[in-house]
Amino acid sequence: MRASGLLGSASFPRRLVHLSRLPKVVRVVGTGLGASLVLGACNLPTFAINKGATTQGRDTFHLFQLFTIISIPVLLSVFVPLGWAIFRYRKKDESIPKQTHSHIPVEVTWTVIPILIVAFLFVLTVQVENKVTAVSSHPNLRVNVVGFQWGWKFNYPSFGVTKVTQGVGGSSVYPQLVLPEGETTTIHLVSNDVVHGFYVPQFDFSRYALPGVNNYFDFTPTQTGTFIGRCSQLCGLYHSEMLFTVKVVTPAQFNSWISQQSHNTIGA
Amino acid sequence: MTIAPERMEELESHPPNHGSEPSGIYKWVTSTDHKVIGKNYMYTALVFFFIAGLMAELIRTQLFAPNNHFVSPQTYNELFTIHGSIMLYIFAGPFVFGGFANFLVPLQIGAPDMAFPRLNALSYWLFLTGSVTMLLGFLTASGAAAFGWVAYAPLSDSTYSPGAGPDLWIVSVALVGFSGIFTAVNLVTTIFYLRAPGLTMFRMPVFTWNMLVTGILILISFPVLTAALVMLYADRHFGTHIFSVKGGGVPVLWQNLFWFFGHPEVYILALPYFGIITEVLPVFSKKPVFGYKGLVFATLAIAGLSTGVWAHHMFTTGTVLLPFFSAMSLLIAVPTGIKIFTWIGTIWRGNLDFKTPLIFAIGFIVAFTMGGITGVMLASPPIDFYTHDTYFVVAHFHQVLFGSAVFAGFAGFYYWYPKLTGRMYRESLGKWHFWLTFIGFNITFLPQYLLGLRGMPRRIAEYGPSDGFTFLNKVSTVGAYVTAIAFVVFLYNFWISWRKPIPAGDNPWDGHTLEWATSSPPPSHNFHKLPPIRSLRPTWDMNHPEHADWKAHQEELARKKSKEREAAL
Repeated sequence: MRASGLLGSASFPRRLVHLSRLPKVVRVVGTGLGASLVLGACNLPTFAINKGATTQGRDTFHLFQLFTIISIPVLLSVFVPLGWAIFRYRKKDESIPKQTHSHIPVEVTWTVIPILIVAFLFVLTVQVENKVTAVSSHPNLRVNVVGFQWGWKFNYPSFGVTKVTQGVGGSSVYPQLVLPEGETTTIHLVSNDVVHGFYVPQFDFSRYALPGVNNYFDFTPTQTGTFIGRCSQLCGLYHSEMLFTVKVVTPAQFNSWISQQSHNTIGA
Repeated sequence: MTIAPERMEELESHPPNHGSEPSGIYKWVTSTDHKVIGKNYMYTALVFFFIAGLMAELIRTQLFAPNNHFVSPQTYNELFTIHGSIMLYIFAGPFVFGGFANFLVPLQIGAPDMAFPRLNALSYWLFLTGSVTMLLGFLTASGAAAFGWVAYAPLSDSTYSPGAGPDLWIVSVALVGFSGIFTAVNLVTTIFYLRAPGLTMFRMPVFTWNMLVTGILILISFPVLTAALVMLYADRHFGTHIFSVKGGGVPVLWQNLFWFFGHPEVYILALPYFGIITEVLPVFSKKPVFGYKGLVFATLAIAGLSTGVWAHHMFTTGTVLLPFFSAMSLLIAVPTGIKIFTWIGTIWRGNLDFKTPLIFAIGFIVAFTMGGITGVMLASPPIDFYTHDTYFVVAHFHQVLFGSAVFAGFAGFYYWYPKLTGRMYRESLGKWHFWLTFIGFNITFLPQYLLGLRGMPRRIAEYGPSDGFTFLNKVSTVGAYVTAIAFVVFLYNFWISWRKPIPAGDNPWDGHTLEWATSSPPPSHNFHKLPPIRSLRPTWDMNHPEHADWKAHQEELARKKSKEREAAL
């Protein structure tokens, strides 16, 4: 099943940087701060970031929220002194100010503190990245997704059910990917022509559909509803119309839906 | 290398050849003078900036309303492809690297010309030919290239993009690429071999330093792009299957090759502009650059790291090692941050003269800081999975690239305009230009962050009325129109200074570096006299002997020695 492209298998070597290899101090501080920030993040503003309708997407949301929060003092550390300088050091006369060439302690400070900040961001990133890219060995459901010019094909191999885009250029019938809530679905993504981007904004996730490369990732939806899906990577003339929907239903609803589908059904 | 003499060094005057010197158009066409070629580059790049800017206005007009039919999807794809290609390959790089660098580097290092003047002329003509070739695609039956400035295979192969337009695109980028490689060879050689006596590496202005590092980055990365273009052309015409799955090729290889060029490329576009900012801020603060060596090492660090971050453009391909490229991309924020703080350190306690160049430079810092911070977010793969190929990325790279090429570019243009032409621009028009650009720029790009977070992919020709994208797109389009008005103000300023010139004088800004020690515009072969070069700021030292840098250094050394003597006693 896991065929490899020439550049290797598409599943991420995701444990290559394992946290246990990081220095203990970084690990403890990083995990502690990360955890407390994640817990606290529930009451924080969303900054217009989608909350993520899957467990993976929710992790991405929290990470994005943390990055945004950390970016605020960083932004201020530039804008406040800049604003102050503009306001305070406006030219008043022709005098020549003190000719300061350097100040080593200040320069070391603004080198070391950013290094610590990005090291912390890296620890958070690796933690979330490992969760978001994890592929379950025993998923509840498998779906094969194929991107093509210009549409999508969703195939449920265990049930022999296929949904595919009909037509292009304004009169499309968009296919629907139906997923059970609270269960883990492994998506197998590939393209049969050019590069496409399988993108579900509400899941805070996208992955390229590449010709010749098999990509695998998991969705564990946490809420029912219908979500828009798009092609994110330019794929030719009707790139903007390569839409689909993801409908998340309860497992019971999913079972009744899938049993109603005659084999190899076409269309939405 | 000889030690600089105390007095102004009299240079041997060149044989007067005024009688045989060509003039007018003939001079512009035949010249190997780095100043003429530099200006040719600048004005050509500005014309193409105007053309690609018009394309941006058409793109924004198409996106003004949902399901708009202002242009067809095919035309739309061609427009953003050529808009991006011109802005990146033909405007942002050549404007500063062919234009400013050509004009200024020999002046800043006290050289009479570039090391290879005729190669320099060849660079320009390749550049002009390549630039015109980029536009020719629109005249072909099947239209211009429509696969984005990144030309991802297999969309760019002959099956999915047939016709002459894509071929013209390949040829155009290859020609412009060769022009860049030749200019890089020329600049690197010039900087290493033609520095005036006394001008050691650590007395080079930061602008020249950045050009040196940029030149080296071009030599590392552009040949990779050229090779990839040859492979793509071979796939299209000679039946090879380098990038097509059917013949056993690897489409992702294109992305690796392209971004191995493409990510150094964005620093090739940014570093020269950082150099401009580092020239403008000290002069308008009446202070030396703060933390000069730190800045130079930061430039080197950025260059080194930039060759190891390319796959952050490929996080969502599922074929790259995420933690490595994430760590490298996060790390590059550190030297970039050092630069920003160093700039603030330079204006700190200065005597800030808010002329147009300084205002544009501060506008650059504001835009670049915001774009840099969202760049750090994009360096985190999970966040990138969410925002990749959306308007969040469009907003990010416009803040950094528009921030660099336009804000820093115009900061430099206004700063050196007196040196280029011997004339002064109109200060009030310059300020109008800045404020309209700054307001228009923010109205255009800040809403695009929100559009990206809402899930609007980039490069889509249309969106639906129920997508929730309409209002923000309208705002963004209005901002783009304001930016266009700003450019008209700039053109008017340029025109009026040409029609009704105000002589600028040789050193209107009390400049620090050697280009301000010669006349405006400089004579053929640049200098009749050179001031002694005993610090980073020879012209400043000459004009402010009581505040000269070399004096300060000497006093510091004397103080250290007397302290040592005291300690010994």
